[in-house]
Amino acid sequence: MNAQVESGGAASSANTLDLQAQGLREVNRTLHQACAQAVDGGNRTHWSVTHPLGQHAIACGLDQALAVDIQGHVGFYCAGMNQHAEVTVHGHAGVGVAENMMSGLVRVKGNASQSAGATGHGGLLVIEGDASSRCGISMKGIDIVVGGSVGHMSGFMAQLGHLVICGDAGEALGDSIYEAKLYVRGSVESLGADCIEKPMSDEHRATLAELLRRADIDADPAEFRRYGSARKLYHFDIDKAADY
Amino acid sequence: MCGIVGLFLKNEALHAQLGALFKPMLVEMTSRGPDSAGVAIYRDPVADHETKFSLAHDDPAHDWDSLTQALADALRGQASVTQRDTTALLITDSDETQVRHWLAEHAPAVRLVGSGQSVEIYKETGLPEAVYRRFDLEGAAGQHMIGHTRMATESAVTTAGSHPFATGADLCLVHNGSLSNHNRLREQLKRKGVTFGSENDSEVAAAYLTWKLRNGVPLKQALQDALEELDGFFTFCVGTRDGFAVLRDPIACKHAVLAETDDWVAMATEYRAIATLPGSDRARIWEPKPATVYSWGAQGLDIEATDAPPSTVVPARRRAAAGGLH
Repeated sequence: MNAQVESGGAASSANTLDLQAQGLREVNRTLHQACAQAVDGGNRTHWSVTHPLGQHAIACGLDQALAVDIQGHVGFYCAGMNQHAEVTVHGHAGVGVAENMMSGLVRVKGNASQSAGATGHGGLLVIEGDASSRCGISMKGIDIVVGGSVGHMSGFMAQLGHLVICGDAGEALGDSIYEAKLYVRGSVESLGADCIEKPMSDEHRATLAELLRRADIDADPAEFRRYGSARKLYHFDIDKAADY
Repeated sequence: MCGIVGLFLKNEALHAQLGALFKPMLVEMTSRGPDSAGVAIYRDPVADHETKFSLAHDDPAHDWDSLTQALADALRGQASVTQRDTTALLITDSDETQVRHWLAEHAPAVRLVGSGQSVEIYKETGLPEAVYRRFDLEGAAGQHMIGHTRMATESAVTTAGSHPFATGADLCLVHNGSLSNHNRLREQLKRKGVTFGSENDSEVAAAYLTWKLRNGVPLKQALQDALEELDGFFTFCVGTRDGFAVLRDPIACKHAVLAETDDWVAMATEYRAIATLPGSDRARIWEPKPATVYSWGAQGLDIEATDAPPSTVVPARRRAAAGGLH
């Protein structure tokens, strides 16, 4: 995906923070103050961060319903631990975007690097482009919708939530998966240990359609296959000791 | 940790700014490697019958002129030397092997860190910005450079343990990661006559490639063989006379990002190092796939140089990543 930095998100009406001029700590401090004020009914809830320069941990730890548009490519752990906020990256994201997200919405207009949405407990992560390896590693309730493809070891030890992949999945998808549900429209290079294809029911198609609608990604739920745990690995079984 | 960066200028009009464009890339990787830093720059190629040696000595006051004169007299050739801090560039028309042997015998405290027609290798302990300043690189002109910022994990913080490591004429390696079979591989290579200047694991990777290349294996094949024989995790950037190549191990747990515009191609451990380049916000940016050789301008790789990344990709055998992580 050739995602160039585009300006977006009605930046004109937002409060602008120039990361190059103000520095990362000042930008995050300002956003955290806005969260604190939002609790008291403050109205400075829409922010635009310009010149992110691939710096790490931008807009981490927000815990109120701010809207933050980041106008460019971000580094590692952007929007980590997010609660309630809507963070949009108008560019690519580095390693661990929305890591350990609890709720809210994080949207990456470009591609995401490794471990996108790692350990996330809730909320929705949308990656409009591709995601690299280990997307959704150890996810614990987060929903992740990827418009493109994902790299190897995606959904590794995924415990809960949904990982929707509109393109292809790399090798070892869902290795050692627990109870997360994986939906893939394209090809799967290989399935990881204890991950199997499962039948799609109307209920699954309805869940998938709702996830795609919330992600604002146009794809036909009928074209997806579902994968999940065979539940052979996470209950200890002496006959399978060699597999552990 | 460690950070690696590479910059290849496609636009000749930018060649005069190579050192200035490269500096913020290297400095941005300081937090990944504050122990030591080094660069390989390709510039000012010598005549066909000459060789340029990058030599280092711990004492910046080392008498390079006397050494150069003695070498020229002994080998009955022409030799000149230019000193930059702890490094000296020796240019001579004497036979390369004879120079190596003469230096080993008569100047054992001098480290031979690189050789070729155009490569110059500068490395030292200290913060990357300070190292860059010591070797007066900001004004350097040229087509391409690779660099490394080191956070030592496997061996001591020394100049000899810093990157880049030479792997042959105009070839050198920077490495992010760590190798787990380097002790055994070092012993195997020693038995084949390869010598080592440090206990560093990355030097073993460089020596492995050197040995392969010395035996006539093309660089592309040598890198693919490295996927089989080097155990551990790594992102490599290999500088060549014409460009550079990038390779990640099959599991690809060390970060790497590539970016390209009409003016340049850049490689870095993290995008923030590339963000310092003009036009980076409009660059095509992607993550190199595991176990896949990428290269630019590297005719020595036996890979067609092209500006379209998908066709520069040489997929190597993929090892299943599953099963080994439980």
